Amino acid sequence: MASGVRPRVKAPRSAEAGEVVTIKTLISHKMESGQRKDSDGNVIPRSIIHRFTCEFNGTSVIDVEMQPAISTNPYFEFEAKIPEAGDMVFTWYDDDGDVYTETKSVAMA
Amino acid sequence: MKFNAMTAIAAVLFSVPGLVAADPDDDNLVINGEIEMTTKAEPPAHLDGALPEIMSGWHFRSDETQALQMDDFDNSGMIFVDEGMAQWNTVEGSEEKSCATCHEDPSSMKGVRASYPKWDEDAGEVQTLAMQINDCRENNMGAEPYGYTSGKMANMEALIAVQSRGMPVDVAIDGPARETWEKGKELYYTRTGQLELSCANCHEQNYGNMIRADHLSQGQINGFPTYRLKNAKLNTVHARFKGCVRDTRAETFKPGSDEFVALELYVASRGNGLSVEGPSVRN
Amino acid sequence: MEFSRRDTLALGLGAAAMTVLPFRVNAASDDAITAFTGGADVTEGGVDLTAPEIAENGNTVPISVGAEGASAIMVLAMGNPTPGVATFNFGELAGSQTASTRIRLAGTQEVVAIAKMADGSFARASSEVKVTIGGCGG
Repeated sequence: MASGVRPRVKAPRSAEAGEVVTIKTLISHKMESGQRKDSDGNVIPRSIIHRFTCEFNGTSVIDVEMQPAISTNPYFEFEAKIPEAGDMVFTWYDDDGDVYTETKSVAMA
Repeated sequence: MKFNAMTAIAAVLFSVPGLVAADPDDDNLVINGEIEMTTKAEPPAHLDGALPEIMSGWHFRSDETQALQMDDFDNSGMIFVDEGMAQWNTVEGSEEKSCATCHEDPSSMKGVRASYPKWDEDAGEVQTLAMQINDCRENNMGAEPYGYTSGKMANMEALIAVQSRGMPVDVAIDGPARETWEKGKELYYTRTGQLELSCANCHEQNYGNMIRADHLSQGQINGFPTYRLKNAKLNTVHARFKGCVRDTRAETFKPGSDEFVALELYVASRGNGLSVEGPSVRN
Repeated sequence: MEFSRRDTLALGLGAAAMTVLPFRVNAASDDAITAFTGGADVTEGGVDLTAPEIAENGNTVPISVGAEGASAIMVLAMGNPTPGVATFNFGELAGSQTASTRIRLAGTQEVVAIAKMADGSFARASSEVKVTIGGCGG
């Protein structure tokens, strides 16, 4: 695993059936763009998270294709519709093959 | 149309909005809708009228940047507080202790950030928070010290700072700390580098003015460590001092040096009365 | 010499065109748009794009996009070395077709959002973001 990668997710613990809730996610990642050079003038290879997904009970909420123009420590805010109690699964896909996941359970209010 | 090109260019330039109005704003900083921050205050008496009012650097930033500090989830610096929490609970060193072994919950650090740097009787010197952290690591844990401006140090400082968020900065400058404070004050007003600029030239005499496209603040450090949009990481006070002195085109003092410790005490004291904001968000 | 309102307006429009034009001929962004739309026509409007008029630092610029009923929204930074930024694909449980993120802009440029609507048509919005260069950069 790339070092120092830590996800942070804000999601409500409970919702009413059919309620639309705001989700915020952040993950610490340098998002090396592949455009920079080191002090010897060599290009630093690209190393980014290239995809982020959020699913609720296996159904997609959002699926984001990410390019190097996404800032260091990628942040996303979006809305999800909660049809029932269940698990919201967040997944980040790293260029180096690593996959980071975080799960938040949402109960019915 | 008969007007000449220069006039035409000038007319376009002067029609660009937003570059003239540069005064700090009057917005209120409330974090998570809960923690009310004091971002403007009466200057402490020891400033002798050098500033009419002391102001957090938050007031000098754009609405977009300000908003990032108003919610802990929008504040990317908070992810490094989480990182600091993991460090807090990690057992390290020959004594097989973590921070938590002695200090339990980090809430035990409430008030600490607000009072540092401060005189340490045992060490017989003024110590910064970073020095105290490393003192604890080396002497109580038997662990390697953190690099003075390293990411791990910044994470730990952020974890400790956030416990004091909203409390007024209150560093002591009397008694045995006085000599260090005087030294810091002297450094603050000493011009350095090929540009021959002192801290005061920009941050006392010209705060609120634009230096090219940048809005000069009072250079207060109540918000450190600070997450900068520029490098997308937490920045420590001494790393910031170094950057500032370097930009006067001077050989800088080293982070952790006696000079920067003295300067930190002095600059911190200029913000006595402002709320601890760390980790803040700046450009 | 006198400036009429009309002269000033013409000058402003000319200046605006000068800033935008170089990006219109960026082949990489054309390719990215074609890959997304399959060459279909893209109409103006129906897409919300929020970006600051002036960004304090190009490294972290907050933006929001939204288009009611869209299945996907692609964001491009027309003046970056590679124009692609992100494509948001909205799923069945999306609470709205909106999203916010923070992006890198290499300099003052046009940010474009293109939405694929539910009926398969495409709509776009754009916004110019001025990226300031710090005073001393410390």
